[in-house]
Amino acid sequence: MRVRAQIGKVLNLDKCIGCHTCSVTCKNVWTTREGVEYAWFNNVETKPGTGYPTDWENQKRWNGGWVRSASGKLQPKQGAKWRILANIFANPSMPEIDDYYEPFDFDYDHLKSAPDMDHFPTARPRSKITGERMEKIEKGPNWEEILGGEFSKRSEDYNFENVQKEIYGEYENTFMMYLPRLCEHCLNPTCSASCPSGAIYKREEDGIVLIDQEKCRGWRMCISGCPYKKIYYNWESGKSEKCTFCYPRIESGQPTVCSETCVGRIRYLGVILYDADKIEAAASAERETDLYGAQLDVFLDPNDPEVIAAARRDGIPEDWIEAAKVSPVWKMAMEWKVAFPLHPEYRTLPMVWYIPPLSPIQNAAQAGQIAMSDQMPDVRSLRIPVKYLANMLTAGDEEPIVHALERMSAMRLYMRALSVDGVRDEAIAARVGMSGRVIEDMYKIMAIADYEDRFAIPTAHREQNEDGADIRGGCGFTDGNGCSSGETGKTTLFGGKKKNFALPQETF
Amino acid sequence: MFGTFDINFVIFGVMPYVALTVFLVGSIARYERDPFTWKSSSSQLLRRKQLVWGSILFHVGILTVFFGHLIGLFTPIWVLDALGVPYGLKQWMAVLIGGPAGIAALIGSTMLLHRRLTDPRIRVTSTWPDIIIMGLIWLQLAIGLLTITQTLQHMDGSEMVRFMTWSQSVVTWNINAWVTVVDVHWLYKLHIFLGLIITILFPFTRLVHIWSGFAAPFRYLLARPGYQIVRSRRRRPLDERRRAFDEVQGEAGPSATTPAE
Repeated sequence: MRVRAQIGKVLNLDKCIGCHTCSVTCKNVWTTREGVEYAWFNNVETKPGTGYPTDWENQKRWNGGWVRSASGKLQPKQGAKWRILANIFANPSMPEIDDYYEPFDFDYDHLKSAPDMDHFPTARPRSKITGERMEKIEKGPNWEEILGGEFSKRSEDYNFENVQKEIYGEYENTFMMYLPRLCEHCLNPTCSASCPSGAIYKREEDGIVLIDQEKCRGWRMCISGCPYKKIYYNWESGKSEKCTFCYPRIESGQPTVCSETCVGRIRYLGVILYDADKIEAAASAERETDLYGAQLDVFLDPNDPEVIAAARRDGIPEDWIEAAKVSPVWKMAMEWKVAFPLHPEYRTLPMVWYIPPLSPIQNAAQAGQIAMSDQMPDVRSLRIPVKYLANMLTAGDEEPIVHALERMSAMRLYMRALSVDGVRDEAIAARVGMSGRVIEDMYKIMAIADYEDRFAIPTAHREQNEDGADIRGGCGFTDGNGCSSGETGKTTLFGGKKKNFALPQETF
Repeated sequence: MFGTFDINFVIFGVMPYVALTVFLVGSIARYERDPFTWKSSSSQLLRRKQLVWGSILFHVGILTVFFGHLIGLFTPIWVLDALGVPYGLKQWMAVLIGGPAGIAALIGSTMLLHRRLTDPRIRVTSTWPDIIIMGLIWLQLAIGLLTITQTLQHMDGSEMVRFMTWSQSVVTWNINAWVTVVDVHWLYKLHIFLGLIITILFPFTRLVHIWSGFAAPFRYLLARPGYQIVRSRRRRPLDERRRAFDEVQGEAGPSATTPAE
C-alpha cells in the first residue's frame, strides 16, 4: 500500500442550472490572455450535444485516452512512445482551432464612433487571431446551448450509443441536461504519459496535474492524448495550458474559483486517500464496465485504522487524514455510491465525478399516471434515458446509475414524508439500502449544501518542505517564466514578448 | 597588414568560431535564463492545411541532410581509407542520398513558407525571426541543391575531401583551415557562409527546438521508465521517509500516532 491524497471533486448534475458562472469566473481568472481566448478550462455543455471541441467524445477520431492490449498492457490510444515521437512533426489526431471555435470580439467602438449614417451602426464581429472581419460566425463557446441546432447534428452525441435516439428528436420526448467539464486531474493521465518532454506531472501531495511551462516545448501530444480535450495549446506562447485546479487557492484551503462561485452549489471538494500501487491494475481492468468498480477499489477508507496508520507512515499530514474522514467526495462516491467518473472507459481514472440528474417521468403525460414500481417512481422511465447516462458515466453499465437515481428519489420521498407528514419513514430508506439517518445526512450535503459541507480542503504543508528564508524576496506566482519577463533591455533577445506586468484594476 | 588581408580568412577561418561560440553560449544562456521561450512554436492548431505534408517532408528531408553533412564532413579521412571506401563512391552516396532528401526538404519548406506568408492566421501570428529563419533555410536548401550541379562536374571526390579537411581542421583548432576552401566554387562558399549565419541566429530563433527534438527520444524512451510522472515537494524519497518514520516509532510497521515529516 502506497497512500497518497488527492483533492477530488464531485459535481451534482441534478442541481446544475447551466448558468455558466463557473465558466465565466474561470475564464476571467485564467484565460483572458492572448493565445487562449478560445480556451475554457471550465465549460458547460448542453447534453445531448457534440460538445466542445466538437465531437470530443469520439475517440475513434481523436485517439485520446488509453487502450488495453490483448496481453493486458496499457498504452495511449494514439500510440506507444515511439509512435508518439514519430508524430512529432505533425500530430494527426490534434484538433484545429476551428474544432473549438475561432475566437472573436465585436467592434463595440464602432457604436459610438460611427459617423452620421442612414442606418443604425452595428457591432460586427472580428477575429481575435487575425483581427479581420468575420462575415459569419460558424461556432462559438457553448454553441449548442439549450438544445440549439437541429437534432440530426446534436444526436451525433457519442452517448447515444445503443440508444434508440430517433424518438428523442420529437418535441414531446426530448430531454436535456447540463454537463460542466474541467480537467479531471486523473490518477492515470494520458496527457502526461504522452508528453515527450516530461513537462506534465501529477503532484504527489494533492493530486493536481500541472504543466511545467518551462519544460513544455510545444510538441502538442498532450492535446490529442487527453480524451477530455482539456489541454489547450496557447498559440501565442507556444505552450500547452490546462486547468490548474486553482492550486494557489487549494493550497491555502480555498475552493477552486469554479466551485466557489457556483450558483447552484453543485460542486464539492474533498480529500480522497488512494493507493498508488493499485492504479495500474485498476486502469487495465479487462472489461470497460469493470473500470468504475476498479477505481472504487483504488480509494482507501479514511476511517480504517490500518489505512490511517499507513497514511501517517507515508507522510500524509494529520489534518489531511481528518479532512478525508469528512470529505463530501468520499461520501458521495464511496458511501452513497451516487457519484460516478466521467467516461471511465478512457482508462484515465478521472477524479472529477458526477452525480447523474433525475428528470421528469417520461410516460406520465401519455399514460395519465406516473410509472411506479413499489411506490417509487421507476427511474428507468425517466425522461433522460438511463442508458444515455450510463454511456456517459459507467461505460454503459446501467445498474449503478439506476441504483444512484433510486437513492436520490428515495431521498426526496423520505424528506417529503419528514417535512410534510413529520414521519421518519425508515421503510423508504431501507428499500434503497440506506437508513434514515444516512438519508438525512445525504440531504444535508446534497440538497442544503452549506459551504462548510461542500468544501473540506486542508491547506498545503509547505512549511514541511520549503525554507521560508529561501522564498523570501522571490517572485511568487508568476506567469510562466519565473522571475523573468523575457525582457532584456529594450529589445527582446530570445523572442519573449515585451509585456508590462499589470495588476488588476479596481473599477467602481 | 591589409596587403595580406583576405575575406576568405574572415569567413572560413574566423567566422566558424564566432558562429559556434554564439550558438553554444546563446543556447545555454537561453535555456538557463528564459526556458519559457524555448519551444517549437507549432502553428498546427491555427491551420492544419499544408502543415502536415509540409512539415513532415521538410523535417524528414532536413534531418537526413543534417546527419549526412555531420557524418560526411566529420568522418576522419583515415577511417574512409581504412574501410577502403573510394572517395568517388562516398561522393556518389552524398549526391544520391542528400539530393532527394534536399529536394523533399525544399518542397516541404516551400509549402511551409507559402503557408506562413499567405495564410492570414499564420502570417499575423508569425514573428519576424520566424519568417527570416524560414526564408534563410529555404535559400540554404536551394543553394545546397544548386551545388550539386558543380559537384557532378568532378565526381572523383577531391572537392569533397577539401570540405572534410576544412571542417575537421576547424574543430581541431587548425588556424590554417580556411586555406583549403579558398578556391572552391562560389556556390559552395555561399552555402557555407549562409550555414554559419544560420548557426549564429540559432539561439535567437525557434530553431532551439532542435536541441529538444534530439533530446526528446532519450528523455522519453530511455530516461523515463514508465509513462507517468509524479512530482513531490518532499525532499526525501518515500522509502527513506518510511524508514525514518519507523525508527521514530521505535518499532517496525504502521502503528503511529504522529505524522511523518
